[in-house]
Amino acid sequence: MAMVDQPLYPIAVLIDELKNEDIQLRLNSIRRLSTIARALGEERTRKELIPFLSENNDDDDEVLLATAEELGVFVPYVGGVEHASVLLPPLETLCTVEETCVRDKSVESLCRIGAQMREQDLVDHFIPLVKRLASGEWFTARVSSCGLFHIAYPSAPEALKTELRTIYGQLCQDDMPMVRRSAATNLGKFAATVEAAHLKTDIMSVFDDLTQDDQDSVRLLAVEGCAALGKLLEPQDCVAHILPVIVNFSQDKSWRVRYMVANQLYELCEAVGPDSTKTELVPAYVRLLRDNEAEVRIAAAGKVTKFSRILSPELAIQHILPCVKELSTDSSQHVRSALASVIMGMAPVLGKDATIEQLLPIFLSLLKDEFPDVRLNIISKLDQVNQVIGIDLLSQSLLPAIVELAEDRHWRVRLAIIEYIPLLASQLGVGFFDDKLGALCMQWLKDKVYSIRDAAANNVKRLAEEFGPEWAMQHIIPQVLDMINDPHYLYRMTILHAISLLAPVLGSEITSTNLLPLVVNAAKDRVPNIKFNVAKVLQSIIPIVEESVVESTIKPCLVELSEDPDVDVRFFASQALQSSDQVKMSS
Amino acid sequence: MNGGDDVVVASEEPLQPLEWKFSQVFGERAAGEEVQEVDIISAIEFDKSGNHLATGDRGGRVVLFERTDSKDQHGSRRDLESTDYSSSRHPEFRYKTEFQSHEPEFDYLKSLEIEEKINKIKWCQTANGSVFLLSTNDKTIKFWKVQEKKVKKISDMNIDPSKAIGNGSSSSNSNSSKPHLANGGSSDKSYNYPSNDFSFPPGGLPSLRLPSVVSHETSLLARCRRVYAHAHDYHINSISNNSDGETFISADDLRINLWNLEISNQSFNIVDVKPTNMEDLTEVITSAEFHPTHCNTLAYSSSKGSIRLIDLRQSALCDSHAKLFEEQEAPGSRSFFTEIIASISDIKFAKEGRYILSRDYMTLKLWDINMDSGPVSTFRVHEYLRPKLCDLYENDSIFDKFECCLSGDGSRVSTGSYSNLFRVFGCAPGSTEATTLEASKNPTRRQVPTPSRPSRSLGNSLTRVVRRGAENTGVDANGNSFDFTTKLLHLAWHPSENSIACAAANSLYMYYA
Repeated sequence: MAMVDQPLYPIAVLIDELKNEDIQLRLNSIRRLSTIARALGEERTRKELIPFLSENNDDDDEVLLATAEELGVFVPYVGGVEHASVLLPPLETLCTVEETCVRDKSVESLCRIGAQMREQDLVDHFIPLVKRLASGEWFTARVSSCGLFHIAYPSAPEALKTELRTIYGQLCQDDMPMVRRSAATNLGKFAATVEAAHLKTDIMSVFDDLTQDDQDSVRLLAVEGCAALGKLLEPQDCVAHILPVIVNFSQDKSWRVRYMVANQLYELCEAVGPDSTKTELVPAYVRLLRDNEAEVRIAAAGKVTKFSRILSPELAIQHILPCVKELSTDSSQHVRSALASVIMGMAPVLGKDATIEQLLPIFLSLLKDEFPDVRLNIISKLDQVNQVIGIDLLSQSLLPAIVELAEDRHWRVRLAIIEYIPLLASQLGVGFFDDKLGALCMQWLKDKVYSIRDAAANNVKRLAEEFGPEWAMQHIIPQVLDMINDPHYLYRMTILHAISLLAPVLGSEITSTNLLPLVVNAAKDRVPNIKFNVAKVLQSIIPIVEESVVESTIKPCLVELSEDPDVDVRFFASQALQSSDQVKMSS
Repeated sequence: MNGGDDVVVASEEPLQPLEWKFSQVFGERAAGEEVQEVDIISAIEFDKSGNHLATGDRGGRVVLFERTDSKDQHGSRRDLESTDYSSSRHPEFRYKTEFQSHEPEFDYLKSLEIEEKINKIKWCQTANGSVFLLSTNDKTIKFWKVQEKKVKKISDMNIDPSKAIGNGSSSSNSNSSKPHLANGGSSDKSYNYPSNDFSFPPGGLPSLRLPSVVSHETSLLARCRRVYAHAHDYHINSISNNSDGETFISADDLRINLWNLEISNQSFNIVDVKPTNMEDLTEVITSAEFHPTHCNTLAYSSSKGSIRLIDLRQSALCDSHAKLFEEQEAPGSRSFFTEIIASISDIKFAKEGRYILSRDYMTLKLWDINMDSGPVSTFRVHEYLRPKLCDLYENDSIFDKFECCLSGDGSRVSTGSYSNLFRVFGCAPGSTEATTLEASKNPTRRQVPTPSRPSRSLGNSLTRVVRRGAENTGVDANGNSFDFTTKLLHLAWHPSENSIACAAANSLYMYYA
């Protein structure tokens, strides 16, 4: 066994641990691979470390994944770009393992290295690697090869380019669906590097094959290829070749394919241009909005706003709006919910008149939906409509909806509506709030569920921020402070919590004159939990109020608490006292 | 395409019945030896190439066998072991490895014991010389990888291992190294690595060396790659891989879920037959299988004797079937047992996916998926039991779930019965082949007549059916000589050859023709 100089000891340990039994230690060593490489020097890294890693291919996935990642940035450690090709063999092996994430990472690293390699090295080393993987015995190698063509292709000489295109075509017809899926996924990237002439012939025929694959999962991925390919083609070619495919896909037998189209159609519109969008894609989209599978309608409904935005308002009103009306009474609550989450965005697209005339009834009916998510989704996007038509038209329907949600028996629904109260308050204005919502905010402070009380306290603070301390003093603080005398200690605790949140917002003066007396009074509560929470609140108030107040009011109170019979109260009181001393010292 | 023997379609004249011969037995019991409950085989499955065979048992173990006679097999570079049958051409298997797939568990929320028994095994796509399979018990499906791993011996360490073993031993080294933690996550802090500006000499440090690995031999290692759990309220009765190579289904009594092999934390419910009110429940799912080539078609069978074909393209939740296959019962034949014995215990697609084979308690039925008016053919498995249904009901045997299988070329079907018997029928047009075999070293010693003969003549042959290991014991007064306890539930047909593997309690018998 060799003896190692003292300063090298940590590195020696690192190197040894490349083969440790403990996977965490191996992982740690791999993560430090660059340190090891620098310790070994460039030449030994090339001649020893890299071959060592190439053999180390039956390790756990985590280690292989880390290796693949490290090798991607290893070019400097092997002596720069001219030696980059020595990194290919270990990554080639990693491209063949059966764990998908390891392969993906290896492909990513290979692409990163390939992008830096010199042209001749690519021809000598990288392209042969791609070809080897593409003809690999196991499907795993062939799957990986698909993601490397776009790096290999541009620097290949003409003959080799033809060969690469042929090989890619074969991969698209591989026996294994996994390989075809990978070929479909990477087609867009590869196509972007192929010359226009071959794009229209070779790539399009490959694409046609994929769109007619009998595996649904392959066709699904071909849908994604449509948008990418469409952007590469001239508009007239796109209309001639891609458009029919899209229209076909939108009527595919498989709902999953149609679902993909519904999700992608918006991007496809950009590729085919406005004219064809109008004549071909709008009808296709309308069909998807009326699909008999709810999943497809959900996907389509979620895109109505985006889609309307690229159409003219007239087209949107003529074609999309009737479907939107139907969807607002869809039998599936998820469809209605998806629609409600985006429909408010249609208001700016359609303009004021059309919104009032056409959209408003839909908003109102969705606000009365039996499913709370739908109502919440409408309320959460209120600001978008407010800008177009003002809130007044909605406010009459809004209030019952809000009240109903505020009293929903599911606390998560109540929680969701509380989150939106500050937004509503800012949109509806002080007057509306004072009349209608103030009482609700107080009611939540006495909710049966802690999370709601907690959110309600936070809500009070946000309202004070929104409307300012003066308004708060007039409209909410008195009601809040009243509750400090509630017979239930949990509600008293909520108020203490609210006070600690309000104090920084309301400022020194209000805090010391209005809030502090209540807190000090609460220190005489009979429940210890209240008392130690008083200590905590006082601690949070100390930095806010004048020092004289601390000395005259807070400290004596804390001192008293620090002699309480209850151990927890004493603990928090002394903690608060300590921090008050620290504040004093630092100031 | 990878690693498979090419399928050799049997070219025998279909009318010529096969002559079955004993090939191998694994785990044979000596006469009178008690069977351990945990050793009883509960699942058998050949892989697609026919080079591997897996069995699962009630003890939660999975045992793998590999073919030894095939020339182009992958993964085995070892010399063929010399066996007594080395010169033969029929499939020969040898024990490859075994592993504990499932352990008994307890569901504390429902106060339910979860048995470790392996209900089903399915092979997945082979890659890189490793084999992959799914195994399931009542609740949890697991994805296994079995690979040959080099046994590593590491030499050439920088640090003398005697000084550097274990936690903190390096702290004896007075310099900067703090004890390294077993938890590698925090070891970043415990080492003082040379920082990036530490200057290494340009040629590197010659005193450092990489550990070298000397491997002498390989060993087989099974590793659980994924666990698909908590998706079934009822007992899983089947799992089946999709032809797309990335998804599979799992079926329990009331629901079928769709999984992606790579995603273990979510599945999609695609069939749900649970009524809103459980009192309205009249029918449960008994078995489900994907079409061998159409990725969007699957079939499931029910306890009422129907088979439903589902088109996954139609909708996300397949409440409505694309096709329904059931046989109208003959009028007047109805009895108390009609519904019980109609329950289908297993369905299998034939290789091309045109036909479905189903097994109910008394018969095997072959269905053409293009003909939903009735089965193409019906084979009676043990008609002589019909008068005894009452006894079978009383001892619960009537609820036994027999599996069925088809030959690779689809010309023959097979299924099990009691007394360790199994039957092979020819299903090619015009074939009258109906063979009865016994899972023993002498499969043809019992000549049970074909079902075409009147059942009365069965009396004679039955007298010769005797309990294993106790030859020549007589028949009891009622003639109930066949043995309810020795039932042959599980069997599988080799995908390309005439070879059948079947389970008799803890023993795996292999036959060829």
